[in-house]
Amino acid sequence: MADISINFAGIKSSNPYWLASAPPTNTGYQVQRAFEAGWGGAVWKTLGEPILNVTSRFGALHFNGQRVAGFNNIELISDRPLEVNLKEIYETKKMYPKHVIIASLMVEPTREKWHEIVKKVQDVGVDGIELNLGCPHGMSERGMGSAVGQHPDLVEMTTMYAKEAAEVPVITKLTPNITDIRETAKAAVRGGADAVSMINTINSLIGVDLDTWNPVPHVNGQGAHGGYCGPAVKPIALNMVGDCARNPEINIPISGIGGISTWQDTVEFMLMGAGGVQICTAAMHHGFRIIEDLTEGLSNYLDEKGIDSLSDIIGASVRKYTDWSDLDLNHKVVARINNDICINCNKCHIACEDTSHQCIDMLTDENGSDYLKVREDDCVGCNLCSIVCPVDGAIDMIDLTPTEPPMSWNNRQAAIQMLQKADS
Amino acid sequence: MSDLLKSLISGGPKGFEEAKPSFNSQEALDEANRCLYCYEAPCITACPTGIDIPSFIKKIASGNMKGSATTIMEANPVGASCGRVCPTEELCEGACVLNHSTKPIPIGDLQRYATDWAIKNEQVLFKAGKSNGKHIAIVGSGPAGLSAARELARLGYEVTIFEAKSEAGGLDTFGIVPFRLPKDISLWEVEQVEKLGVTIRTNMEVGKDISADELLEKYDAVVLAIGMSKVPMLGIEGEELAGVYDAIDLVERTKNGIYEKEFIGKRVAVIGAGNTAIDGATTSVRLGAENVKILYRRTEKEMTAYDFEYEFAKQDGVEFRWLTNPKRLISDENGHVKQMECVRMELQATESDGRPRPVEIAGSEFLMDVDIVVKAIGQTRHMKMIESFGLEHIGGVVKVDEESFITSNPNVYAAGDVIFGKGIGEAMVVTAAQQGKETALSIHQRFKEYTAEQV
Repeated sequence: MADISINFAGIKSSNPYWLASAPPTNTGYQVQRAFEAGWGGAVWKTLGEPILNVTSRFGALHFNGQRVAGFNNIELISDRPLEVNLKEIYETKKMYPKHVIIASLMVEPTREKWHEIVKKVQDVGVDGIELNLGCPHGMSERGMGSAVGQHPDLVEMTTMYAKEAAEVPVITKLTPNITDIRETAKAAVRGGADAVSMINTINSLIGVDLDTWNPVPHVNGQGAHGGYCGPAVKPIALNMVGDCARNPEINIPISGIGGISTWQDTVEFMLMGAGGVQICTAAMHHGFRIIEDLTEGLSNYLDEKGIDSLSDIIGASVRKYTDWSDLDLNHKVVARINNDICINCNKCHIACEDTSHQCIDMLTDENGSDYLKVREDDCVGCNLCSIVCPVDGAIDMIDLTPTEPPMSWNNRQAAIQMLQKADS
Repeated sequence: MSDLLKSLISGGPKGFEEAKPSFNSQEALDEANRCLYCYEAPCITACPTGIDIPSFIKKIASGNMKGSATTIMEANPVGASCGRVCPTEELCEGACVLNHSTKPIPIGDLQRYATDWAIKNEQVLFKAGKSNGKHIAIVGSGPAGLSAARELARLGYEVTIFEAKSEAGGLDTFGIVPFRLPKDISLWEVEQVEKLGVTIRTNMEVGKDISADELLEKYDAVVLAIGMSKVPMLGIEGEELAGVYDAIDLVERTKNGIYEKEFIGKRVAVIGAGNTAIDGATTSVRLGAENVKILYRRTEKEMTAYDFEYEFAKQDGVEFRWLTNPKRLISDENGHVKQMECVRMELQATESDGRPRPVEIAGSEFLMDVDIVVKAIGQTRHMKMIESFGLEHIGGVVKVDEESFITSNPNVYAAGDVIFGKGIGEAMVVTAAQQGKETALSIHQRFKEYTAEQV
């Protein structure tokens, strides 16, 4: 059995799965249930000055009969007294000394406030601290959360304040509601962060009720933007993790967050540079018991691949994630349809005909049977047909034998410049 | 309370309510979302009326129920009935591409779900066209007649339907067992057509209450959509005895809420193995018969009942006696059937219709104790009426031009079972509906130049 434990910025965890700071980690009762179920760690719901919450709070995006493709919330940080949370953290850590408890913190961006709260949580035995500089709703209107996280200077300063008082690792949690997350990640590095975690939720409005015309969710007929998460945000998070992982200036561990629902998602995030992952929506959808498949599936995957330790895959795909201008312009793939597997739904044909390159023909053979065929000369290898195809194996994307040596846009521009220099 | 609901909770013996439960909204959504929304979908081609099935299913998924019902009813004016009675395994569902990967979409059930919505919500889905001054008479208000009427009304024709029975709808209203097709479904389809301004004159038997000549004289064209008639005579001794029923009559009576008491605890023999025989047998079971046997002179392989009907009958406990033919019915002292003399058969070389010929095995006669005999060996033709119009026909099958549905009289069109002959296509409700539509279009082809001038 493969070793799926991690050492994330010096924090040892029996598996890479931590519950993200969110409703599932609101109380000691919940975190203890999660640890019993098998979660490696929990990032406690954000602590700060006491706040008030509203009802209702959550909304979800359902897609073609599948519930919770995306999820949004307007709940704020913990609305329980700080002392109660600290007491429960202490008790829980005592009961589960080998499990990871991270305190998520959010206070006003002053040195005193940060020193004070960092010390308080350290005193009750947390394994690390996560700075919530990303919450996009409510708290940001009071100059906290993403109001801090959107300014690299404030990210650096806040991280520094926390680090000044911290004896345990400090993880700076970043907001995706920003043009380029690498800028705030670099600021966290400058502030001395031991790690970054990403992404926090994305500004969102889930929907509008067609009968009442109220926003969803609504509070007495009115709504406010919330934070978006769940499976639909995974690609956004994965790109941000990959972009930070491949940036040499961001040389600290990354905790991956955003739509992770399965062990496959976990593998992808870790291949793209995450040192561990945090999960919330999937647990909110199905309960803590999902941890069984998350750990078992991951372990079986590693065994199947002959990999002894999960740590070995961290960042293994990062070097494959690059800029468009480094991609090989001379590489050609084409679609090929396996007619013995194809069920003739013609979805590839109409997708290609209407919206791509018009190269899949609907034909009839000598026995009068319908079949589909790609005109490979006209195929640009876009993948659309294989994406819309409902049957696994019916369409393969085939690598053609290259006729030219690899050449990227950058290579090409460099060659042109050289030629121009030679001419002049 | 809707009429549909009323009919579901009305009295009568157990089992005459619709046998198959309808989808709830979650089942409908799950199945609708499973549809691939194929392009040039084979299910559309397999539907005789060419319903745009992926479209109506997509509309269920999106919650556009009115649009979904409209897509169905647009292509098939008796689409609510067809969702229930079509042999979908042989048509749309049989063609579903998912047969090759998982399991087909339950298209019939989804069609029923969408049309039920329209029924429950009292929707009127279509409008009559601007009047063009042409008058068309339609004889018969079954699937073919109703379809022709609906399409003609939408094209601006003034349509009068002449129906011999007290209610319209023909086979759908009276001829299909209520536990597969409740009467109210068919009557809703009738009502949809009436709301387009079509006049339906019930209790009007052509040849008795009005003559064929009068119709030919008063209307610009006549559509003959009179279907077929009663079960033919078996031609054996004892056929007139009490306890001998015509399966079509029997079904019609249950559709009218008349449940024969005589069947309770009795032994019933149904003669024949087509759709009507299955209906006769399953109706007998519901009327309380203790034992129901279907006797067929050929075998399981040759019977014309659909697989799903065969399954349905077997689940009802109906027994099948293949290669068995009745020779005479034997009376008790009160003139009621008490026994049937049967003979065993064997199959020989094929007949003209492609089916093997059944031949008696000499000396194999035996007696079977029966209390009731239900005849279901096919249907006779309305010969007198066909002849009153002076139409060419072969054994009651009216000859038409395949494209135009014009009979030997250029002012008379014919569609539905009245043109259905042995070995040509299938006598399905959905085929009749399509022929009705095509007949309307053919009539319009003929008159549209004239009507265009009028408009």
